[in-house]
Amino acid sequence: MKTLEELRKIREKAQGEMKLRESDYRYKVVVGMGTSGIAMGAREVMKAILEEVSQRGIKNVLVTQTGEKGLSSLEPVIDVIEEGRPVITYGNMDVAKARKMVAEHIVNGKVINEYVVSTTN
Amino acid sequence: MKFYRSHILIGIDDASLAAGVKEIEALLRNELQKNNLSDEINILETGTLGHFGTGVSMLVYPEQVTYVNLKKEDIFEIVEEHFLKGRPLQRLILDRSLTQNYDFNYKRRIVLSNSGVIDPENIDEYLGAGGYEAWEKALTTMKPNELVDEVKASGLKGRGGAGFPAGLKWSFTAPIVADQKYVVVNADEGEPGTFKDRLIMEGDPHKLLEGVMLCAYAIGASKAYIYIRGEYKLCIHRLEIAIAAAREYGILGNNIFGSGFDLDIFIKVGAGAYVCGEETALIESMEGNRGTPRSKPPFPGVAGAWQKPTVVNNVETLANIPAIIKNGAKWFAAHGVDGSTGTKVYTIMGDVNLPGLCEVDMGTSLRTIIQQYAGGMIEGRTFKAALVGGAAGVFLNDTLLDVHMDYNSLREYAAVLGSGAILVMSDTVDMVDMLWSVLRFFRHESCGKCNPCSKGTALLFKLIDGIRKGKGKDSDLEQLIKVSNGMQKTSFCALGQSPCMPIASAINNFRQDFLTRINVK
Repeated sequence: MKTLEELRKIREKAQGEMKLRESDYRYKVVVGMGTSGIAMGAREVMKAILEEVSQRGIKNVLVTQTGEKGLSSLEPVIDVIEEGRPVITYGNMDVAKARKMVAEHIVNGKVINEYVVSTTN
Repeated sequence: MKFYRSHILIGIDDASLAAGVKEIEALLRNELQKNNLSDEINILETGTLGHFGTGVSMLVYPEQVTYVNLKKEDIFEIVEEHFLKGRPLQRLILDRSLTQNYDFNYKRRIVLSNSGVIDPENIDEYLGAGGYEAWEKALTTMKPNELVDEVKASGLKGRGGAGFPAGLKWSFTAPIVADQKYVVVNADEGEPGTFKDRLIMEGDPHKLLEGVMLCAYAIGASKAYIYIRGEYKLCIHRLEIAIAAAREYGILGNNIFGSGFDLDIFIKVGAGAYVCGEETALIESMEGNRGTPRSKPPFPGVAGAWQKPTVVNNVETLANIPAIIKNGAKWFAAHGVDGSTGTKVYTIMGDVNLPGLCEVDMGTSLRTIIQQYAGGMIEGRTFKAALVGGAAGVFLNDTLLDVHMDYNSLREYAAVLGSGAILVMSDTVDMVDMLWSVLRFFRHESCGKCNPCSKGTALLFKLIDGIRKGKGKDSDLEQLIKVSNGMQKTSFCALGQSPCMPIASAINNFRQDFLTRINVK
């Protein structure tokens, strides 16, 4: 049970966290976990990313899930968000590609062009 | 370490192996050797390059060019043009223009504004995205009748198919004095090809809950039920998480925010009958009875669940409410066109490049939806028809591609917006087969309560089955129309009243398909 005041505080805190510059994270990796995504292997992809991130001891990345955003035929879809840059949407991902994405994009800061299906400002 | 000026990655997977990737690779090595390039250009085998339906593909660095659908004869040209002369071969390069600038239309989204952005299992993220601000605003500053007026002024119409004005529906129930009123959410999305409600519930369950809360407050209901189809396991799971979190935060419960208003929300799982999308059949099923429609009046607004005043609304309808209350009716009505305000979520499937979902303003043309949001027709196929609105929808032909998709414009062509399913068909599809499939569905789903529907759907199927098997007569077409028109006038509920729409539109727009089958002897 929360009071209105407490709810407002939670809201403000969450708003801050959603803006990466106010958090400790440089990257936010968002895995599309709707029915289509899961059917195409999004759970395994998510697990692979989490494993890769923890094995490499990467601290500046927040891995989270969301629903479908569109492009259902290209699931599993992953967004990589970095403050002040276009959102990179990777499509048709699988476990191997997800691991490579962590190594290339998150560790080395290099976008893997051949996996990109869309970029949004 | 040897230095190469260029690297070629060849994708090896089942599809490319079947397309003869090994032979092509050998040929490529051979050609490079012949041209004395093997010391400059390195060839590597890798896993799938991730492009589906593109046969043998390879990626060339440093240009980062992807060649797709390679044939043996292409290799000579690529070696000559690209590796000798340095001019990538445009003809074979993967076209990424479809998705490169793909616009998800988030700027105009209302219902799916958070789907694909926030974590649906985390209430804090919903709060952070401005969630439950409308609920707070309503409970602390608004009277119930002000909510009803706001929704009326917004012009929001029911998104389940029939398009009844939502505010008007609420205004029937709100003034009734009763010891108990209910809000029931129709989440029994049964129209074939429709999955918009699933996207809303699994992508942003709290938005639905907030819509339910606002509706309950507006009409004075202290209990709400979400009647959801059993197949939607992920939706059920996420709704359960969302309800529990809302209870924990005191957003649901007794004396919410000290306003004195009590509300709780429960989930009822349906067992998958098309007729249970009809609101009175849904209520019967929810009460634990056989899911067959009730006689109206009394309408559910007066005597619904357990004979108490009940508002039954579709998921998408309710998911629009938080934005209306938060931003006002005027803001909402700035989306869409006259008579059809707001946005519409469409699920697009069939012979298009990018099947999936989109949310666009009401009144967007079918052509725009197909071109801009579904990537256009699959290469080499031309548009023939679109089934809009599911089984109880209509077949549109290419002359209607530029019709604005809103309630009034479609009505001019005896078409309906329906549930928002768009099945796009190319010239490879035969309308006899399509209509056969639609009528088989109706026959299977008729609940059997009234004669016109139970006998009618069986007769319709028999007629189309005869035509499909080449045993049809010219008069069968008139018979199909006559029977379905009779059903429209005499059936008990919308199930039996609907087959006339796909039948008339299929026969009128694509008569030649039927005549061809009939005349094959």
